[in-house]
Amino acid sequence: MSEERPESIDLAFTLNGEPAGARIEPRELLVDVLREQFGLRGTKRSCDLGACGACTVLVDGLPASSCSTLAADVEGRSVVTIEGLGTAKSLDPVQQAFVDHGAMQCGFCTPGMVLAVKALLSANPSPTEDEVRHYLRGNVCRCTGYVKIIEAVLDLASREATQRPA
Amino acid sequence: MLPKRFTLHRPGRIADAIELLSKFGDDASPYAGGTELLIAMKARVLSYQHIVDLKGIDELRGVSVLPDGTLSIGALSTHHELAGNAVILQHLPAYAALSANVANIRVRAAGTLGGNLCFAEPHADPPALLCALGAELVLAGPAGERRMPLSEFILGELSTARADDEVLVRIEVPPLPPHSLAAYRAFGHLERPAVGVAVVARPLKRGYDWRIRVGSICGRPTALAPVEQAMRGLGAREALAALDEGAAQAAAGVEADDDLRGSAEYKRHLVGVLARRAARAALGMKEIAQ
Repeated sequence: MSEERPESIDLAFTLNGEPAGARIEPRELLVDVLREQFGLRGTKRSCDLGACGACTVLVDGLPASSCSTLAADVEGRSVVTIEGLGTAKSLDPVQQAFVDHGAMQCGFCTPGMVLAVKALLSANPSPTEDEVRHYLRGNVCRCTGYVKIIEAVLDLASREATQRPA
Repeated sequence: MLPKRFTLHRPGRIADAIELLSKFGDDASPYAGGTELLIAMKARVLSYQHIVDLKGIDELRGVSVLPDGTLSIGALSTHHELAGNAVILQHLPAYAALSANVANIRVRAAGTLGGNLCFAEPHADPPALLCALGAELVLAGPAGERRMPLSEFILGELSTARADDEVLVRIEVPPLPPHSLAAYRAFGHLERPAVGVAVVARPLKRGYDWRIRVGSICGRPTALAPVEQAMRGLGAREALAALDEGAAQAAAGVEADDDLRGSAEYKRHLVGVLARRAARAALGMKEIAQ
C-alpha cells in the first residue's frame, strides 16, 4: 500500500482562451495547478469539499469546483478562471454589475460568484429571481451579501435584454 | 488535502474497464464525476492504488427510448444533462425536475447518475424516484451482462450489489401507463436531502395504484406500504385524505437514522410533510405549506 508512485502525466488544455500545458501527478487538483503552476490566484480554496463555490472555475462553460476536480480531467477541455474575464481597465459586464451594485464585501467568494453568474446568463439570459437564487445556491458568501448580488444579476440581465435586437 | 497517490487508467471500452477492475480487485475503483469519490479520497477515508476513469467510454453515454417504451439512461449521464435532456423532459418530467435540483450546479455538471447510484450515499435524490418507477440496472462484468432492480441493487449505506469487477452500464426505466403521475419532493438544509419522498401513481379502472418511496431516511429507499394500500383504487380526493390520515403513522414505522441531516424524529416528521406535498404535486394540485 505504501508503494510510492511518482508517475506524472502531461496535461494539455485551453486556459482562458490560450493553449496551456502542465506536467502533473494524476492526484493533483485543478485548484492547485491553476494557483501554483499558472499563478492564477483568483481561484480561491475555502471549504475544500466542493460545497462553498469559492474555487469555482468554468470547464467547457459550466461551473466546476476546482478543489474537487482532478487536473487530469480537464485534458482537452476549456477552463476559464476569473483572470480570463475582464481586466482592471475593462471589466466584464458581470464584474461591472457587481461593482455598480456593491455586490461584495471581503471579495473572497466574488470570483466564484462572478463565474457562476457568467454561466447562468449564458444559459439563461433573462433569469427570474428564483432562478438566480437556485443557480447560485452552491456559492456561499460569509459576509451575507446575497441581496446585492441578486440585484446585480437581475439588473444586468434586464439591461442586456433591452440591448438585444428584438 | 490531496488524495493518496494513484495510477490513473483511461479505458475506452467497457471490456477494457472490466479487465482493469478484475486485475486490480479492491485496489481499484471506477471513477466518473468524482463528486463523492474524490471528496472521500481527499479526506483519506478511501484510497485506491488504481483509479479507472470511465469517462472515455462512449458506450456508457446517451439517453434513448427503447422500442417497448423503456427509457434507457447511460450511466455517465450527468444530473445537468438529464435535467435538460429532451427525452427525459418529454417522458419523465418529474425526473428531469429532480435532476435540476440535485445539490448545486457544480455537482450537477460533474456528477453522474451511475456514480450516484454506485456510491450509494443514502442522502441522494435519484434512488427514491427511480425505485418508485421500478428502474432496473444493467451491469457488465467478466461473465457478461446482468440486470437487477435498483431496489435490490442498493444494499444499504455506501453498499451495493455491484461486484468489484463490474461496471454499471445503464439505468432502464420501464414505461409508465398513460395518465400515470409522478413527483418527488425533498428537503434538507445542507447540500444533500435530509429526506426525499417520491410518489408514482399508475391509473387503475378506478383511482390509482400508488408507490410511495422514502429516500435518504435510512440506508435504502423504503416503501410507505400501509399508506399505499390505503390509497389504492381511491379517487384523488379520497386518496389524499387517506394519505393525510395515514402518513404520520406510516412514517412512525419507517426505519430512520439520526445523523448530521437531522434526528430520526425530525426525519419521520418530514416524511409525512413531503409525502403529502409530492402526492399533491403529482396530481397537479397546489401544495399546502405545512
